Amino acid sequence: MLLDVKNIDVLYDDFQVIWDVSINVNKAEMVALLGPNGSGKSTILNTISNLAHHKNGSIHFENDLISEIPTYKRTELGISHVLERRRVFPHLSVMQNLLLGAWHPKAKEQLDISLSKIYKIFPKLEARSNQLARTMSGGEQQMLAIARGMMGLPKLLMVDEPFLGLSPMVMKDLIKIFKNIVSEGISILFVEQNVRLALSMADRGYVLESGRLVIHGKSEDLIDNEKVTKVFLGS
Amino acid sequence: MTSEIILQAIVTGLMMGLIYALIAAGLSLIFGLMEIVNFAHGEHLMLSMFSSFWLWSLFGLDPIFSIPITILLMAFCGIITHYFLIRYILKAKMLIQICATFGLSIFIRSIAQLLWTPDFRNVDKPLLEGRLEIGSVFIGQPQLIASLVCLVAFIGLYLFVTKTETGLALQATAQDRHAAEILGIPSNKMFAIGWAIGLGCVGVAGGMMANYFFIFTDVGINFALFAFVAVALGGFGSIIGCLYAGVIIGLVESLGGLLIDPSFKLLYVFAIYLLVVIYRPQGLFGRY
Repeated sequence: MLLDVKNIDVLYDDFQVIWDVSINVNKAEMVALLGPNGSGKSTILNTISNLAHHKNGSIHFENDLISEIPTYKRTELGISHVLERRRVFPHLSVMQNLLLGAWHPKAKEQLDISLSKIYKIFPKLEARSNQLARTMSGGEQQMLAIARGMMGLPKLLMVDEPFLGLSPMVMKDLIKIFKNIVSEGISILFVEQNVRLALSMADRGYVLESGRLVIHGKSEDLIDNEKVTKVFLGS
Repeated sequence: MTSEIILQAIVTGLMMGLIYALIAAGLSLIFGLMEIVNFAHGEHLMLSMFSSFWLWSLFGLDPIFSIPITILLMAFCGIITHYFLIRYILKAKMLIQICATFGLSIFIRSIAQLLWTPDFRNVDKPLLEGRLEIGSVFIGQPQLIASLVCLVAFIGLYLFVTKTETGLALQATAQDRHAAEILGIPSNKMFAIGWAIGLGCVGVAGGMMANYFFIFTDVGINFALFAFVAVALGGFGSIIGCLYAGVIIGLVESLGGLLIDPSFKLLYVFAIYLLVVIYRPQGLFGRY
């Protein structure tokens, strides 16, 4: 098991937002984290990155307990997190954004190889390598954000709402890219509100409601599940 | 009024402006990085002048030679400031942040007055003395060297921030702290580096000014105010903006003093500040 999150509670000040959630991700697996607005999906990714701290429970990565490891040391372990709304560095060039993605020594060593790999997957980024990130379209920024995450040589790539605001064309590209990434042995954990879209590409899914896990299982079992429909449509 | 006098005022203004620019760059760097305004910037300048003074008075080290020591001391002072004060208020409300650095300024100034009395001091017979006469324009040698050193330091700072890996990480942290942290760039370390460099800039300016300026515990107040005006005029977070703004302020100060009335010199500078706030709040090169 690559990532094993066990029974975590997360509180913002005194307000509990995540209740006793457990999820796990295997090697080369695509897992979707589903749920309506405000159900705590992003908080779970943020907790795995230690941007939010968890009470109780544990987070293991490759069988090592990582609960107390600070955020900036997690890329080196092999966890890359693409934050919600891209969060590229707007006043830096595409190239500079990518360079910053390869920050830890191992990633720096592999810089040239990673770059040529990234440019093969995202040819547009090579053509625009000197352009400032803020001048690119939303779809291009999303590609850049994912490419930047890949530069850190992750074993687990976490992506928060990758399809938000993308055109159907770009969406299709991105789905293909995700599948390629997984076929290279990298796991993807992503957050999505569109259940059908998410389950059509993921191997497994977890459904959250108000910070609690409602149901989880294989995509094909979830896709027409009554419980899942209930969460999204209300009872 | 002859053109020589105007030329003289321009040269004087330029030389002063380069010093203002470097002081403002330190302030701007810290603000751009963590959105904290260092209201103790003037006091840090005062400390660097005193560092230069004491190194001269106790060890006989001329200000021109003690510059590296002063820079290191100020960089160290910056790291200490971050470690013991700033890191605790990073997430605090703005008012608390203002009170913290403003309180620090009063603290430093009071301690300085207690230790060194409010007397005016100066470095007697420094190596840099005298003046050059070019045509009909007089240029004080210490002033000229100080402004050139500040310009070189400014260019060095600019190249460091834009061309080096650490500089890139500083920019990334300034633009999106969490996104940078998640890529493996520890923001706390970047903040400490930012403070070290920011106060290092002040160390260069203060150390060079110790050659010809009176050194006293309130000396930083006006310089800090000018630095605030320069940062606002240049644009918050823009380092290159500080260079233009610093020079503009230096010129306005000296030309305004010459053409209108020298006793209102400060007024002209602060008038710029008001104009900027009203008509171009983002400054000349600002992003915000």
